[in-house]
Amino acid sequence: MSAAVSFHDVSYHINGKRVLCGLSFEVRAGETLVLLGRSGAGKTTALKMVNGLLFPTKGEVLVSGKSTRGWDPIRLRRRTGYVIQEVGLFPHYTVEENIALVPRLEGWDTGRIEARVRELLEKVGLAPEEFRGRYPRELSGGQRQRVGVARALAADPPLLLFDEPFGALDPVTRVEAQREFLALRRSLAKTAIFVTHDVREALLVGTRIGLLHEGRLEVLGAPEEFLQARGAEVEGFLACLRWKEEG
Amino acid sequence: MGRGVVEEILELTLEHVWLVLAAMAIAAGVAIPLGVALTRRAAWRRWVMGLANVLQTVPSLALFGFLLPIPLVGGIGKRTAIVALVLYALLPVLRNTLAGILSVDTAVRESALAMGMTSRQILWQVEFPLAARTILAGLRVATVTTVGTATIAAAIGGGGLGVFIFRGIASVDSAQILAGAVPAAALALVADGGLGWVETKIARA
Repeated sequence: MSAAVSFHDVSYHINGKRVLCGLSFEVRAGETLVLLGRSGAGKTTALKMVNGLLFPTKGEVLVSGKSTRGWDPIRLRRRTGYVIQEVGLFPHYTVEENIALVPRLEGWDTGRIEARVRELLEKVGLAPEEFRGRYPRELSGGQRQRVGVARALAADPPLLLFDEPFGALDPVTRVEAQREFLALRRSLAKTAIFVTHDVREALLVGTRIGLLHEGRLEVLGAPEEFLQARGAEVEGFLACLRWKEEG
Repeated sequence: MGRGVVEEILELTLEHVWLVLAAMAIAAGVAIPLGVALTRRAAWRRWVMGLANVLQTVPSLALFGFLLPIPLVGGIGKRTAIVALVLYALLPVLRNTLAGILSVDTAVRESALAMGMTSRQILWQVEFPLAARTILAGLRVATVTTVGTATIAAAIGGGGLGVFIFRGIASVDSAQILAGAVPAAALALVADGGLGWVETKIARA
């Protein structure tokens, strides 16, 4: 299978601090690669290099075989869906206007945008007639997150980036969101990179898991392989999994 | 009061309004783009805001006086008066533009960028709409202050309602002072109310 995204010896320094160090890996088309790690491990930094919000100090990131430095940043970002923990919906836009953002920027006609918004709201489990005219402040945290996912999917981007998307949700809503994410992934078959610090979430949503520790990739493999892996950091994460099971 | 006095009040009120409108248009035209530029350049912020703060502390009568000998902007008349009024109005508009745009949630700005909006699109479709109320509040404060300060324009031959006030002081004639002060106060109230109304309109949207 071809690589949708590949990191080639990527390092990133800021203010004399090393955030990423010699990172090399590939994301295969259609898979969901999870980047797991503690806060400050460099997960978000790595993710922002994929849609050109950040650029490597050394090395390069290829998206569809082309370096992010060679991409027009606007084109690259419009074909890359992005979902973050804080969601970042526009407070002055309705749900419909928020979801329609990228299609509108891309110049779709109104009829097509309207149909697409309806389709996406149904896909993320929100009744279109009830929700499309609401403002973000009139939604619960879970509903906001769903609208965020719908917005990221709007222009049907081949690549999706998720940065702790369910991190701010309560445990019950969070499990629901994870289940819906899996169903959505099956129906869409898109390439995704998913950042989390929750090892249970990583095992649940990832087709492969990469463990980042202090800017280095410690382990990369399928969930079964990850469970067998050795090393202080992996074992630390696996221990918190067992602790949860026992508890 | 005779017909001549009423006519003079109307004439000077119009002149006053014109001074304020001209000064506010220029102040907004300078301070809003400058405020936007400062949101992009943190290093300049301290210096520019410091300068604007200093300008604000110069006593208004002194500022009009200082401008008199300066070529191009100075001299006797409306031009000098408008320059002085603009210098006073800059700070509130600048400060509120900066505060309004900087208060836009970073998650909102980051997702706008990540969705592939250009910086121009982010400015017009995200930052300005979300900062509009704050910017407008700055314009309102500046306009109301300018209506009052513009009475001093008469001291350097700029005209406006200050003409009555200075004449009244010189001839110890309270009626003359009131003929300038009352319409000026009314203008300030109208400006405050009008811009306040626009603010609530925007808040609802």
